Amino acid sequence: MKILVPVKRVVDAYVKVRVRSDGSGVETNNIKMSMNPFDEIAVEEAVRLKEAGTASEVIAVTIGGSQAQEQLRTALAMGADRAMLVEADEGLQPLAVAKTLNAVCDQESPDMVIMGKQAIDDDANQTGQMLAALRGWAQGTFISALEVGEGEATITREIDGGLEKLKLPLPAIVTVDLRLNEPRYPKLPNIMKAKKKPIEQTTTADLGVETSTGLTQVRVEEPPARKGGVKVDSVAELVDKLKNEAKVI
Amino acid sequence: MAILVYAEHDGSALTSGALSALACAQQIGGEIDVLVTGSGVDEAAAAAAKVAGVRKVLVADASHLEHHLAENVAPVIEAVAADYEYILAAATTSGKNIIPRVAARLDVQQISDISGVEAPDTFVRPIYAGNALATVRSEDPKKVITVRTTSFDPVAAEGGEATVESVDPGADAGLTQFVGAEVSSSEGPELTTARIVVSGGRGLGSAENFKLIEELAEELGAAVGASRAAVDAGYVPNDYQVGQTGKVVAPDLYIAIGISGAIQHMAGMKESKVIVAINKDPEAPIFEAADYGLVADLFEATPELKKALTAA
Ligand SMILES: Cc1cc2nc3c(=O)[nH]c(=O)nc-3n(C[C@H](O)[C@H](O)[C@H](O)COP(=O)(O)OP(=O)(O)OC[C@H]3O[C@@H](n4cnc5c(N)ncnc54)[C@H](O)[C@@H]3O)c2cc1C
Ligand SMILES: Nc1ncnc2c1ncn2[C@@H]1O[C@H](COP(=O)(O)O)[C@@H](O)[C@H]1O
Repeated sequence: MKILVPVKRVVDAYVKVRVRSDGSGVETNNIKMSMNPFDEIAVEEAVRLKEAGTASEVIAVTIGGSQAQEQLRTALAMGADRAMLVEADEGLQPLAVAKTLNAVCDQESPDMVIMGKQAIDDDANQTGQMLAALRGWAQGTFISALEVGEGEATITREIDGGLEKLKLPLPAIVTVDLRLNEPRYPKLPNIMKAKKKPIEQTTTADLGVETSTGLTQVRVEEPPARKGGVKVDSVAELVDKLKNEAKVI
Repeated sequence: MAILVYAEHDGSALTSGALSALACAQQIGGEIDVLVTGSGVDEAAAAAAKVAGVRKVLVADASHLEHHLAENVAPVIEAVAADYEYILAAATTSGKNIIPRVAARLDVQQISDISGVEAPDTFVRPIYAGNALATVRSEDPKKVITVRTTSFDPVAAEGGEATVESVDPGADAGLTQFVGAEVSSSEGPELTTARIVVSGGRGLGSAENFKLIEELAEELGAAVGASRAAVDAGYVPNDYQVGQTGKVVAPDLYIAIGISGAIQHMAGMKESKVIVAINKDPEAPIFEAADYGLVADLFEATPELKKALTAA
């Protein structure tokens, strides 16, 4: 079984982002970049399936600028077998990413695509569902458990009311939630080995993908700041303030 | 200019999230129709017809729609999409699951989780865990949108007189099969619509200790929320998680206890009217957002707070 894992290069989750003063976006120069945390979970899950003998090959793919090769190296160090960079303009939108992944799937014919539920930069939460639609495949979104059987996968999804269990025929797309697993830290020898592995390269143009979409960003701004309030000295003072000042209880 | 709102329901009425999506539709402006799907949904459809401002209720009723699987619901929306310039749904786990599937089939770049309508083609949405607000303009002939429910006050569930019309429920896609669900049973009010939310974090230390949060919430008639750390540690179920990748809440009063205030947590609660933080670390970032901060050991302060409220 072949597994494709799309990974995105994003501003690290623990960086406090700053909006550029010209409103064109968020400052990304000289800022720590990482693999989208959900995608680390996806890579981990795929590698575990490989280690368990369920998967035969794990391919990491990223769509973006050439710097995104760093994130592919991370995926290789974690245990992916192959890595592929599809060079494209930065800031490609989910529909364009889904179309590109669709073209990659045409070439690679994976049995399963495991990906993040959400990129923590655009917070879109679309790409997996869109890819599933373009391929006409089953989708299991926001999963916290995955069990792969013969020609099918049983998944548990985290939904607003609790958990839901579904059975998906393969090939299928799953998007992972935080509690699926805890990604490993790659070991130093694996990091060294990953540096030497080849990275396959192509472009969205080579794949014949139309990447423009109907959505444009007009501006990006800081959200209104929340003023920090006061410290109270006791529970009694807190209750008094909530009753008589804020009038919320 | 007609708008279709894909509306979730509980079998007898539309959800509050659906009513918020309808409020967003009203801000965009135009004729508003509602689509209700499921199995045996007459009652929900009748309730939808009474919602203020709805022109028409479309109903797709079939057994393969019972569990609202994206593979079965998306084609129903797609089949009626020709009549609409906008397709909206609440940004719930169900909306997020289904709507991108529709958008891709229509070749439209979806706009997720909008918190504001600036013009009929221009919308505001939080990005980077709410650390930035993006204004985006869509030139797609159809606009496919999910709506941040806390940003739009729900429309009235009564006062309308819409017509009800059946639409083709399509066939079972034969892809995903529903196996089962584990619905978590919390007794208090629903987290995303509660007037007061009491949330606990890693500071609670155990599922056992988390009862302190539940007892305080009960006293206040509040819903219970949690940080990711508390959910990961198994103190509470996943659907209690508030934050960037969990639920977004905006109650009148949010009380964060033993929560440090990571950006990912704040993304889900910083629009609350009044924020209270109880934390023993005076440097905890949560205090930067809190209207009232109490530096204290939660194991003393939480029971004391409950007692003070009982006495009052
Ligand atoms: C991709 C991604 C997505 C995420 N999504 C979310 C999300 O949606 N929601 C979310 O909440 N987090 C999310 N997180 C996690 C987030 O970054 C933080 O790790 C998490 O919010 C921390 O939870 P916490 O505040 O309970 O724990 P901690 O940060 O460990 O804080 C515990 C706090 O309790 C206090 N404390 C301890 N003991 C006591 C005591 N006896 N009395 C009083 N105070 C005490 C401590 O001083 C500390 O401030 C996400 C992270 C990533 C990478
Ligand atoms: N540029 C990209 N390259 C590779 N994968 C991506 C890219 N953008 C998004 N993805 C995948 O799609 C998931 C969801 O992203 P999004 O829909 O943007 O929130 C991510 O977790 C990745 O797995």
